[in-house]
Amino acid sequence: MIKCESLYKSYGDIYAVNNVSFEIETGTFLGLLGPNGAGKTTLMRTMIGLLEPNKGEISFDNMKMQKDNLEIKKRIGVVTQHINLDKELTINENMIFAAKLYRINKDKINLEITKTLKLLGLYELRDRKTKKLSGGMKRKLMIAKAIIHNPDYIFLDEPTVGIDLNTRKEIWRFLRQENKKGKTIVLTTHYIEEAEQLCDLVMLMSDGKIFKEDNSKNLISEIGDFKVEYNDTEMYFYNSLREAKIATKNSNKIFSISKTSLEDVFFHYTNKKVN
Amino acid sequence: MQIKTILWREWRFFLHRFWKITTSQLVTPILYIITFGIGLGDKLEVGGQPYLFFLMPGILSMVTMRNSYYAVSMRIMLGRLNDRSFETYIYAPMKMSSLTLGYLLAGTLRGLYAGAFIFIISFFTKRAIDVSFALVFMLVLNSLLFSAIGFIASMVVDTHYDLSRFTNMVITPMSFLCGTFYQVSNLPKIFKWVIELLPLTHTTRLIRRVSFGYGIDYFSLLIVLIYIFFLTVISIRICYREITY
Ligand SMILES: Nc1ncnc2c1ncn2[C@@H]1O[C@H](COP(=O)(O)OP(=O)(O)O)[C@@H](O)[C@H]1O
Ligand SMILES: [Mg+2]
Repeated sequence: MIKCESLYKSYGDIYAVNNVSFEIETGTFLGLLGPNGAGKTTLMRTMIGLLEPNKGEISFDNMKMQKDNLEIKKRIGVVTQHINLDKELTINENMIFAAKLYRINKDKINLEITKTLKLLGLYELRDRKTKKLSGGMKRKLMIAKAIIHNPDYIFLDEPTVGIDLNTRKEIWRFLRQENKKGKTIVLTTHYIEEAEQLCDLVMLMSDGKIFKEDNSKNLISEIGDFKVEYNDTEMYFYNSLREAKIATKNSNKIFSISKTSLEDVFFHYTNKKVN
Repeated sequence: MQIKTILWREWRFFLHRFWKITTSQLVTPILYIITFGIGLGDKLEVGGQPYLFFLMPGILSMVTMRNSYYAVSMRIMLGRLNDRSFETYIYAPMKMSSLTLGYLLAGTLRGLYAGAFIFIISFFTKRAIDVSFALVFMLVLNSLLFSAIGFIASMVVDTHYDLSRFTNMVITPMSFLCGTFYQVSNLPKIFKWVIELLPLTHTTRLIRRVSFGYGIDYFSLLIVLIYIFFLTVISIRICYREITY
């Protein structure tokens, strides 16, 4: 279980995280969805102990970050938004380094690395220098490094930005598997599809605040499963296709009826788009 | 041992860049030896000895100092500001004291590696330096001290520019002024006072005396140990500042 209580984090006058509180159960696949600048990265970095909050507390299974940060850090894996690999080293050396950093037994290191690299399709490339990898491969290596110590909690900050569709799908599949193994995953994204398809709990974030949280199905149903859009400007939501059709029956404006997406939900509450 | 993890990483880094590191650290000392030692060496005398004889330990001191300083400060600065690999330590279960000591040791080894070439070069001049345990020990102290300075400097700067300014304003002048190329005792009194406060003056004195077989200057040794103690403590404290909890 992860618990955040009244977290605040400011840069100068701006609160990038502004009074955030939530609790998530072990095994949750959480998606933090919001546009650039919403405060997702800041919130995540605060949760993993990279930033100190101005106020508030974070705890993992009743261990407080303030007190037991070394213990907590052993149990979390982190994939940051920017690539932070050691460019001069090879894939394999980056992995050995991560394994040593997380104090994996010497006689288990090779086995674990082989297993993890194979899972992510990097095994054949293991002797290649990191600076010669493509963006997608670097991202997968970041993920491999983050899970080498079999952490209970995996944090990923926009893990599929700027990655080709195939690799993205591969990463999604991989994360789903990890979640099925019982791992708690916290992922930030500004891709609607990512939040909708992967996460069983979505938190909508804007201006440092989480203003809504639920699974994506409920978030959508709450405002109406069907959307009618007139001239691409006015939007109305209805609970069923029938209602939407009735409402548009006598309209002489150009309109479209579609299924409501999380993007619409976000826009409905904030008047802002995620992308 | 987490210190070993750091040393392992820096060792792999070193191996990958072996030729670049080795060749680039050879250039400066060879230039000094050619210009000051061989060019002027026969005509000048310091303390009744040929200048080259006097110069060699000074170069040894300067080279170990500069290379350990550079090795640590560049690695930390690039890790913090460029590839941002430094933060992997911060979200890992890493003790900041181990992290600091690991880097100081790695820097010390780089200083010694650079110093080893001066021994080899000196072998080809008329004035070979004798390797002794005491001399290596003094080189370790010099390298450790300047690794710590490099560590602190690179931990507090926010831009590359700041670090290079610190290097240009503090490290480079120090490397020339602290008796590496001349005898501090020749200086005017006030100037001498300032120079005597700088750590390189004392490490250079220790290195030169030991390599001349004059024994250990215990006063300088004490100063150097005090410097190392405080700089190491400051390094560790600065590193703990990165952990925000
Ligand atoms: N290091 C920083 N210094 C000052 N302001 C920052 C810093 N990092 C982020 N911010 C600001 O905080 C807000 C949230 O940023 P961020 O957490 O990166 O959002 P997101 O990850 O959702 O794009 C933005 O307004 C951003 O400009
Ligand atoms: Mg971000």
